[in-house]
Amino acid sequence: MATETQRPTPPEPLERRPQPSTTRKVAAALLLLPPIIALMWVGSYAKATPRLLGFPFFYWYQLMWLLIGSVCTALAYQLLRTTRPPSAADPGSGRATGSDGVRA
Amino acid sequence: MKGVNVTALVIVIVLFLLVTVLGFVASRWRRATSLASLDEWGLGGRGFGTFVTWFLIGGDLYTAYTFIAVPAAMYALGAVSGWFAVPYTIIVYPIVFVFLPRMWSVSHRHGYVTPADVARGRYGSRVLATAVAGTGIIATMPYIALQLVGIQAVLEVIGIGGSGNVLARDLPLFIAFAVLAAYTYSSGLRAPALIAFVKDFLIYLVIIVATVWMAWKVGFGHIFDSTESAFGAKNAAAKAAGKAASSTFIPTAHQFLAYGTLALGSAMALFVYPHSITGVLSARSRKVVRRNAALLPAYSLLLALLALLGYAAIAVGTKPIGLDGKPNPQLVVPQLFEDHFGWFAGVAFAAIAIGALVPAAIMSIGAANLFTRNIWKEYVEPTADAAREAQVSKLASLVVKAGALAFVLLLDRQNAINFQLLGGIWILQTFPALVFGLYTRWFHRWALLAGWATGITYGTVVAYGQSTAATHHFGSSLAVAPMFSDKAYLALTAFVLNVVVAVVLTVVFRAMKLPAGTDQTQPGDYHADEGDPRVAPIPALTA
Repeated sequence: MATETQRPTPPEPLERRPQPSTTRKVAAALLLLPPIIALMWVGSYAKATPRLLGFPFFYWYQLMWLLIGSVCTALAYQLLRTTRPPSAADPGSGRATGSDGVRA
Repeated sequence: MKGVNVTALVIVIVLFLLVTVLGFVASRWRRATSLASLDEWGLGGRGFGTFVTWFLIGGDLYTAYTFIAVPAAMYALGAVSGWFAVPYTIIVYPIVFVFLPRMWSVSHRHGYVTPADVARGRYGSRVLATAVAGTGIIATMPYIALQLVGIQAVLEVIGIGGSGNVLARDLPLFIAFAVLAAYTYSSGLRAPALIAFVKDFLIYLVIIVATVWMAWKVGFGHIFDSTESAFGAKNAAAKAAGKAASSTFIPTAHQFLAYGTLALGSAMALFVYPHSITGVLSARSRKVVRRNAALLPAYSLLLALLALLGYAAIAVGTKPIGLDGKPNPQLVVPQLFEDHFGWFAGVAFAAIAIGALVPAAIMSIGAANLFTRNIWKEYVEPTADAAREAQVSKLASLVVKAGALAFVLLLDRQNAINFQLLGGIWILQTFPALVFGLYTRWFHRWALLAGWATGITYGTVVAYGQSTAATHHFGSSLAVAPMFSDKAYLALTAFVLNVVVAVVLTVVFRAMKLPAGTDQTQPGDYHADEGDPRVAPIPALTA
């Protein structure tokens, strides 16, 4: 019985990578939330008309959110990308822009 | 009609042989110096890029059973039971986008292989980690069993299996599983990763052909009109017989809560399943995880089109009759292909059968890793090194698959479905311990454990009380939610209860100053990315 953890706490904490600015994080959240809210609000789309290509509204509306959701997620990805290339050889470079810095 | 479809059978066998070869060759793919560690055997070297990860996770999540069961649910019950899978697989990705990069980072930094490792490291609690691991293993087993049910459905429509003597009935399934077990054992996660290319190519091909068929030969307008009137007639007949209406074309106001909570609850549950996390941790970087959150909805579109095949079957009058002569909605998609697609049905059958092998392999690897890391190493052999871990995990993957096979062969098919419903309820109860911890250490480990126990108990007891015409217990994952008058997804109701208990007890335990456990992780760990130094294990403790 060994109760000791096999992977001990690192001796040196990892320098936080440069994080996207709060504005960007909020913008990303605003992009990610609409698909969830729209689809959870079932009452807004549980109807048969108008039809599109034979699909009742209920069915095509949700497929439309599939496309919107994918685009929103891709935009959120672009927003949150930090441009510093990962550098194993130079682990100290993460502190260059401070914890909130973004090099856009 | 019930002869063996020889052309289809030959196509299935040829494609099956192809993926078998691929499965064994996979051990040489992206070759590592040795497969003797869980990082290599169990996570494919943790180096998959966007492209491979897309195929791997797509192949992992959109399972054969999904392809059988979702159209079957559409065919038999309609939107609430079937089409909810569409909003479910849309809203899962924003959720994935937010929390999985953090889980990837902390796991990358600390070498965590399983979700339970993450809970163990964050809360320093063996009991909590065991709870997470046990839930994961138990929830995964019936899920693997259902992949076999998917293969069985295909074999039954081809005309083999289903009835006759025991050996002839189940031999094909035995062979498929023996082969699967052998290449998973030898190649680890690389096998399903490579096979996923074939599987997904076939599935996309089949869906494109099926969609063109639906649009040109049947017509979407006709498909929806036929379904609406068929459901209308069925519900009217049910009402006349004094029963509740069973089929839903468009949810009514009393079903909104059920529809929404099924989508949200399933989405939250999906990525705490061990096989999903296994797929994510095999990615090379955070970027790969996030990119895939934007790219994986392509599979959701595929699932939606497949779901519509359930309605198309109503429009063209498909009769899913099993070899035992009884109607079985699970056979509706294979039967539809059999009736209308000639030799191409063989490709569709192969796509479904191979589609079962990829998730079954990843699920058994995920469950085996949980067993090895969080039960075997934790309680039995703490000194196990990396090579020993891989060895134990390989054996455990065989046991897990044998268990799933026994499940399907010895128990009624309905049991596997019931247990899978329960599995969904159970796995969601590990969400607080896994996901909340990625953001805050505020929750107390014992409060999380109490919340987990409450959620599991509540979910199981209420599910036990749900009866339908087909089963006396565990008949539905919907139940009237406390303080609501409508039915809601039981997993989500139990989850809310779980969180309330965890919050209240955390306040109490913190006030009592109960020991909070050691947190191995540091804030920077949750943002670590490709190239950041890994935490090196101290040899004296691991060897």
